[in-house]
Amino acid sequence: MSDRRPLSLLLVVPALAMVLALFVYPLGYSLVSAFTSRSGEPSLDNFVKTFDLYTTDIVFTVVIVAFSTMLIGIFAAAIGGYLVLGVHPAAVMFLRWLYRWPLFIPFIVAAQCMRTFLAKNGMLNNTLDTLGLVDVAGLSGLLDWRGIIVTFVWKETPFVALLVSGAMAALDRASIEAARNLGAGGMRILVEILMPQVTGVMTVGLVLAFVTMLSVLSVPIMISGGSPTMITVDMAFRVNSYSDYGVANALGFVSYLIAGSAAWVYIRRNVAGEGAP
Amino acid sequence: MTAVLGWLCRGGVLGIFAFLIFGPLANLVLWAVAIQWYFPHKLPLTYGLRYWGEVFKPTSDAFASLGTSILIAVVTVLLCLVLAIPAGYALGRRSLPGRGLVLLIILLPQAFPSVAVYLNIARLFYMVGLNGTIAGVVLVHGVHGLVIAVWIAAAAFAAVDAELELAARNMGASALRTAITVTLPLAAPGLMAAAIFVFLESLDEFTGTYFVGVPDITTLPLMMFTASLAGNYQIAAITALMLLVPSIAFMLLIERFLNTEMLAKVG
Repeated sequence: MSDRRPLSLLLVVPALAMVLALFVYPLGYSLVSAFTSRSGEPSLDNFVKTFDLYTTDIVFTVVIVAFSTMLIGIFAAAIGGYLVLGVHPAAVMFLRWLYRWPLFIPFIVAAQCMRTFLAKNGMLNNTLDTLGLVDVAGLSGLLDWRGIIVTFVWKETPFVALLVSGAMAALDRASIEAARNLGAGGMRILVEILMPQVTGVMTVGLVLAFVTMLSVLSVPIMISGGSPTMITVDMAFRVNSYSDYGVANALGFVSYLIAGSAAWVYIRRNVAGEGAP
Repeated sequence: MTAVLGWLCRGGVLGIFAFLIFGPLANLVLWAVAIQWYFPHKLPLTYGLRYWGEVFKPTSDAFASLGTSILIAVVTVLLCLVLAIPAGYALGRRSLPGRGLVLLIILLPQAFPSVAVYLNIARLFYMVGLNGTIAGVVLVHGVHGLVIAVWIAAAAFAAVDAELELAARNMGASALRTAITVTLPLAAPGLMAAAIFVFLESLDEFTGTYFVGVPDITTLPLMMFTASLAGNYQIAAITALMLLVPSIAFMLLIERFLNTEMLAKVG
């Protein structure tokens, strides 16, 4: 067996080389650049300037992404729960057919949809107005931080819901039936029996969604042009307008830290999970 | 009575949910067939396909960007398959020293926020003349496509029954011949799925192209972005629809791949 190992390595080398050259190297380059001053010396100048100019945007980004992640988690749990516990086959089938639609729709298309749907004169306001619930003349539309959150949740919920409902469907149904026989309601079964068994999958899905949302450039530009905005937009702006790679990379480093904190939550969960009986 | 109330309640919630899912899409479709539409009118004033003619005119920018997008996506798929098939075979089928580390490195592009990486790739590509070239954009799409391609390829190869390979070997086939005539065809459906994934991802990719493709490469998403920011909502909506149709078709087709057993293994 051992004589086959060199060949195995040979087979993965091309793919590995591609990722090392086109991802790991630029990643390292960005880290070095973040901690280097314009004159080429190691310094924290870029970070001083970054926090001077963009502290609001950093907070804005964290709040938007964290809040979206939370909403995605809630919706995914609700959808997964209903798909497993729902007692009306027609309603369950309809929901199963319905929730997946945005799954593969690219962010940029989602942003364009929402750009018209959530506008002052968009379909959302117009429908509410036609139903007599609001007066469109007095509304301003949702094209600001709320629009970014709506777009993120619309686009990412199906992915997490797919993972979570898959995991829930694979659980042993005996405990669900037992709880039901003892008189537990759907909500109680979802929270106390289903959720604790799928936290692993849920966390993986949410961490992936979190990092994805942190990397999106098109949605904040297209949904809310103004300030404050997300740090991806600031990075593009520093590079395109000032060729200021130092500050752009410092912002990049901040985005790694934010993503890293999410990943850390995931790892800690996993370690804790293994320790528990 | 309670049953009726229950269905009213269920219908209401599902109805609102359906409106939230399809409303944005319907709004997009309306813009694609609208000619005149301005505030405060709730629906377009005049409908027609005039803008479709403009988009699909062979001399139009949109038509050219569609060609660019498809060319880039096809080359990206080929590149990813050439790299992912051997790597997936080694990861899924053979013993590999440092398997965990290799897998970790290949999965990295999915784990980091990518904007900062893209702008540094653009800076490096600029030095070697890859900025604004098809090859440059293909390489950027390829790194991301590779994650999913290797992952699916490894799963596809791991699912091939080892006894069939053993049977081929017993009948005198060489290792290479077994791999090509037995293992590869059995893994083909999974590889096909990987190819479709990579194609779609490349077709939809915006951020990397935005940094690396400028100023010469305009793909469909970049074209849509520019049209939208310039206020050409009809052009933006039509280009968005061109991106939307393959995504939704794929979502409807993929259901059998995304089955519960496969998803239960994630995490």
